[in-house]
Amino acid sequence: MDDPQPDPWLPLFCAWLLALIATLGVLFVGEVMGQAPCNLCWFQRAFMFPLVPVLAVACFLCDAGVWRYALPLAVLGWLVALYHNLLYFRVVPEAIKPCGMGPSCSGSDMMVFDSLPLASLSLGVFSLIIVLLLIVRRRLSA
Amino acid sequence: MSRRTLVVVIGIIAVIGFALAALFYPRQPASDYLPAEATQPAEAPTAQNLVRFHSPSFGPADARVTVVEFFDPSCEACRAFYPIVKQMMDKHPQDIRVVVRYVLNHRGSEEAARIIEAARKQNMFVPVLEALLDSQPAWHDDAQVMAGWEAAERAGLDVRKAREQMHSADINAALSKDAADAQRLGIRGTPTFFVNGRALTQFGAQPLYDLIRSEIDKPR
Repeated sequence: MDDPQPDPWLPLFCAWLLALIATLGVLFVGEVMGQAPCNLCWFQRAFMFPLVPVLAVACFLCDAGVWRYALPLAVLGWLVALYHNLLYFRVVPEAIKPCGMGPSCSGSDMMVFDSLPLASLSLGVFSLIIVLLLIVRRRLSA
Repeated sequence: MSRRTLVVVIGIIAVIGFALAALFYPRQPASDYLPAEATQPAEAPTAQNLVRFHSPSFGPADARVTVVEFFDPSCEACRAFYPIVKQMMDKHPQDIRVVVRYVLNHRGSEEAARIIEAARKQNMFVPVLEALLDSQPAWHDDAQVMAGWEAAERAGLDVRKAREQMHSADINAALSKDAADAQRLGIRGTPTFFVNGRALTQFGAQPLYDLIRSEIDKPR
């Protein structure tokens, strides 16, 4: 980047696209494929869904200052996703939950394409969004 | 294209794309998960509807404490509880009898229950049950329970004989009796425990042990 003032719009736009794809993806898995979200999935949804309209408006108005509002959402979602991964990979034990009373957060159902855990996908997307928002921040202050 | 137009166009494409994908996605008739309807129990637990003559059991028949476990061989929580219950039995070998009743909530549940029942006819109940629970993650979503059959064979089950026996009339009758009792008792999740007819009200290993201890410690 030789440009003395690199444009923060592109990383902002990428962050929005990621949030949009992630949101439509989980809605598809949950509502169309009919895989009920577990408790922790709901908390991650709570932080992912608002990123879509917030970042969309910011992209529309070219408002890079949105990182101040979007970053806390992404970090909180990232923390929940991290905890979900620790549960999923049995790093921390989950209390035994009876079957037939809602899906388990660490059960084998919590996968897409038969091998990719939803929790890991979520952690990856939140991480990328955080990185992109940090780039937006740097370019804004540059 | 200006940035503003791009944002609007992508937003519209995303919504239309999602709607089309949802429209053309082949829907499966049955969902993965079949939680029982929240039925009010029609019957109170009694010695009759908790323990049937056909029910498999572990431990001495004259034990002071009878634990009835409504059990789904395909359920993760039942798998997790197995070593816990076993440990409690090892601690009080004279006092605890565990009776197993089947609740079949998952895709592989019925086949697995039939494998266990066929194994019982070959006197292989405990090794095959343990082999199935051990390999549960590999077959739990498979209606054919292929990985479960393999594990049972490794544990010593005569698979050819078991495949002949698994649809016999007595096994059919036992499974439907268990399903009927579970419904009458209003069983929702598995495992559900009754200790000497008293329902375990708080789910967990410690509450179960406390309830068993309180029954053991009761004066005769």
